[in-house]
Amino acid sequence: MSKVLVIAEHLDGKLNASTARAVSAAVAVKPEVIDVVVLSDAPEVVAAEAAKIVGVSKVLTVARVENAHALAAILAPQIAKLAAGYTHVFAPSTTFGKDVAPRVAALLGVSQVSDVMSVEAARRFTRPIYAGNAIVTVEADASSVVVATIRTASWPAAASTGAAAVEAVAIDVALPTHTRFVGLQQGKSDRPDLQSASKVVSGGRGVGSKENFEIIYKFADRIGAAVGASRAAVDAGYVPNEMQVGQTGKIIAPELYMAIGISGAIQHLTGIKDAGTIVAINKDAEAPIFEVADLGLVGDLFKILPELEQAL
Amino acid sequence: MKILVGYKRVVDYNVRIQVKADGMGVVTDGVKLSANPFDDIALEEALRLREKGLAEEVVVVTIGSADLTAHLRNGLAMGANRAIHVQTGDAVSPLTAARVFLKLAEKEQPGLFILGKQAIDDDANQTGQMLAALWDRPQATFASKVELTDGKAVVTREVDSGLETIEADLPAVITTDLRLNEPRFIKLPDIMKAKSKPIEVIELATLGVDAANHVTTTHYAAPAKRSKGAMVKDAAELVAALKQKGLL
Repeated sequence: MSKVLVIAEHLDGKLNASTARAVSAAVAVKPEVIDVVVLSDAPEVVAAEAAKIVGVSKVLTVARVENAHALAAILAPQIAKLAAGYTHVFAPSTTFGKDVAPRVAALLGVSQVSDVMSVEAARRFTRPIYAGNAIVTVEADASSVVVATIRTASWPAAASTGAAAVEAVAIDVALPTHTRFVGLQQGKSDRPDLQSASKVVSGGRGVGSKENFEIIYKFADRIGAAVGASRAAVDAGYVPNEMQVGQTGKIIAPELYMAIGISGAIQHLTGIKDAGTIVAINKDAEAPIFEVADLGLVGDLFKILPELEQAL
Repeated sequence: MKILVGYKRVVDYNVRIQVKADGMGVVTDGVKLSANPFDDIALEEALRLREKGLAEEVVVVTIGSADLTAHLRNGLAMGANRAIHVQTGDAVSPLTAARVFLKLAEKEQPGLFILGKQAIDDDANQTGQMLAALWDRPQATFASKVELTDGKAVVTREVDSGLETIEADLPAVITTDLRLNEPRFIKLPDIMKAKSKPIEVIELATLGVDAANHVTTTHYAAPAKRSKGAMVKDAAELVAALKQKGLL
């Protein structure tokens, strides 16, 4: 039988929603046990939140001052040691999970399964390659630990009405001092979080400038949406990089995705393929975004957005 | 200091790939191939560090079939001093690549190993982290800014919540994000010069690398297609359609 260890992602004493999505993938493995591990200098609050995720058997806390910041070089040896009692180690496929999980896999001497989209059997998974233009089925050997990152856009967040036990564990392993945290400059936003929002409005090169992006923010606020952007808009300096949606940015699956002034390069479409409804507004009727849009409108965004607000 | 750069050849990023009818792979015959975009950024960063006098030598490294010579010549034309070609006819997983790079790290003793954050074919995003783990050295993934001082790298990383800065003792492994730099174009005289730069060929089989990976790809499929949507004529019609779907 399977035993899954899920690595919790958290920041500033708050559990990241991606953790509950990784638990959903763990449930699909149909294991005996799903344990969540919280590595932190002060794990109590995060652990209490993780204990509410339905499906979780137990929350393990590893409190060490070195765990104050999520540095892969520090966390990986602890997780690798803890992994000894498990058949699977799952992490969300966020920048946190992508940073730490391969380091854990290498310490365990196994390949990692990146971006799990579906669980076909306890050791058989599907994942995207070539910017989502092909889906492969991969199988892990019966004898080895499965280390995987979970593509958060493919999994719903497990409900938070549970009450699992929390248990502090000590992991006796020497930690390196060669990597040190200096600082984190966070993007400040009162808008919904891009990766968990049910509605997302994204702007592209067609928006034209940083100032013009206000029109996108204004419309997003009107419908309660998060704001994203194409790589072109980020590279042009209209918005910060953490807003980028696509193969190399965030992969999202909102119920409604509105692409405004975005042509729809392959790399962008990768990030939105699983969106419920895709709306495209673009002045170029030939733009590739219209090939994937459920609803398309050809025209000038500066004319259409005010009209949309009026129609609301 | 010496910098080793991972330099993978992949299907060009503009190609719309096709899955083979038998589900055993994707069509790569007759398809345009080029350097992985993130690896071009890695090489560019190494060259800039050398131009600042922070490194003496930049070495491009690739793993794969015998026909990768022209690909390595590209890296040499961009400005690398020399190239190492680890040859194998087999498919190379990130874990195998990391184990090969570890052998090269032990042999070459670089101060830095710079890799792309992911290859755009397998989208694995693993090799750099795995190399750092096996080498027991720091990793600075998704780098958008790199500064070297007194045997340390101060690296700004693109993370979901914003920009994180970490400090890593050298030697270290850095993986590049898109915004680290703009790779230079290759000029014709550099292509001529690259022809005389050395390429060392090593058979992978002679390196004594553990070949076990524990994960096998069994099937390839095309993604589910989205059904063709509808065009609306104006804003009012769009709002009506979204309201009907219960989205507004």
